[in-house]
Amino acid sequence: MLPLPELTAENTAFWTGGERGELMIAFCEDCAHAVHPPQLLCPRCHSQRVSPRAVAGTGTVYTFTVNHQPWIPGMDVPFILAVVDVDGAPGVRVTTRLTGADPQAVRIGQRVRIGFEQSGDVWIPVWHANEGDAA
Amino acid sequence: MSALAKATITGVGMSDIGRNTNRPAILHLAEAADRALERAGLTRADIDGIATYPGKAENSPGMSPLGTGEVRGALGLQTRWHSAVPDGPAQMAPIMVAAMAVMTGQARHVLCFRALTESSSQTAGRRASIAGAGKAQIGGWMSWLASVGALSASNWAGWMAQRCFHEFGMTREHLGMIAVAERQFACLNPMAVMQKPLTMEDYMAARMISTPLCLFDCDVPIDGAAVVIVSAADAARDCRLPPIRIEAMGSALRSQETWDQRADLTTMGSHDSAADMWARTDIKPHEIDVLGLYDGFSIFVPMWLEALGLCGHGEAKDFIAEGNIAPGGHYPVNTGGGQLSGGRLHGFGLLHEVCLQLWGQAGARQLADPKVGVCGMGGGFIAGSMLLQRD
Ligand SMILES: [Zn+2]
Repeated sequence: MLPLPELTAENTAFWTGGERGELMIAFCEDCAHAVHPPQLLCPRCHSQRVSPRAVAGTGTVYTFTVNHQPWIPGMDVPFILAVVDVDGAPGVRVTTRLTGADPQAVRIGQRVRIGFEQSGDVWIPVWHANEGDAA
Repeated sequence: MSALAKATITGVGMSDIGRNTNRPAILHLAEAADRALERAGLTRADIDGIATYPGKAENSPGMSPLGTGEVRGALGLQTRWHSAVPDGPAQMAPIMVAAMAVMTGQARHVLCFRALTESSSQTAGRRASIAGAGKAQIGGWMSWLASVGALSASNWAGWMAQRCFHEFGMTREHLGMIAVAERQFACLNPMAVMQKPLTMEDYMAARMISTPLCLFDCDVPIDGAAVVIVSAADAARDCRLPPIRIEAMGSALRSQETWDQRADLTTMGSHDSAADMWARTDIKPHEIDVLGLYDGFSIFVPMWLEALGLCGHGEAKDFIAEGNIAPGGHYPVNTGGGQLSGGRLHGFGLLHEVCLQLWGQAGARQLADPKVGVCGMGGGFIAGSMLLQRD
């Protein structure tokens, strides 16, 4: 069992947006800067008007690793962890498992789409390889 | 205002490290301390400061079993200054704060220590190096990793390596050269835990941990302790060995506390801290004689080489292939075997080795009269850089 994120004022939108199927990213309302991990303050313009909104939920694999070691009992291996540049949120990456792709065939630059898996009171994002783009 | 006299290192010591030693951490620590004091020509009564990283970690078995209080008590130290630094320039933090303490007169001789019993802990079924292990909930920067299944630093280093492979044409063979070179050094160091020769064929056949990193790209958990004595410049004159001057330190961080958001993941905190260090000295990278570079994972070595300006961005793979970092090379790295083959003393072992080299005490692996050493500790978003010079 993976540890679940402790929910805070900053991160609750991100970890619960999956209930509605939405990838929620924090943006500054004053300068439009995307703030991730989410914070209450904009590090660029110091505004406190930072709020989450849904992005398209698509992205491009920036890098990845295929984990082969079962670090905890019951961990199914291998699985892919993808670090993904998120569409519509410049500079933001969301890192999580990538499913629907062959670990041997995953590649940087691959297009992916977000999905969610509920665990307790949070929805853990999972990237899915786009149809026809898995090779 | 006149500059403060620079801090020095006057003694280093390491315990008989090993795997599954079943020896209490405090006995490892006492052995390392006695060896450091002997080298420095000091006694316990001379020690008036103590510093460690990160401090006693109750919730992470074997990762940091000793705090400053326990060590003060066990060694009978009377201190004027003490510090444990969990949040600083990586594993180098206690050395750096000790340097500042002696420069500002808070203490004259600071005993800096790091003790680990990760090997015994793992064997007992308590894995130390897993983010959030055994917890139901996790907060802070690790939550963004552990909650999605990236439990191990090998995952985080793995995706940095993958990006380096993609951008620069780096291959597993390049990382293998690091593992093989460090094992060659280890075979010349009786203190190193791995003593069996490692070939490139062995490396290529090793099982994957987190691609592209295999077993031999990961450092070796051990039980052991290391001590570094940091002394004020005037106090160092009374010591047995010529003092090693801490010529410059660098602690800068210019990206977030994350393992995935840095704009260019072929760089890391090392790049910020190394640039900061070079801004504080007239010494140039080509003057370096010996290097201790953090190798919790092999991929950190090329990243540190580039961070330190020994080669250009993306060029470390060629720099390594040319034999620069191996025995006989121009810029030997981790001459005691590093953490990959010497054992994981969390950076302290690397600094210990650089100092032995500068004092001419490195036995069969001794380099020809090195005078300038550099030590880079940390991977990912934390880093500390230190330039050392023997007068
Ligand atoms: Zn803003």
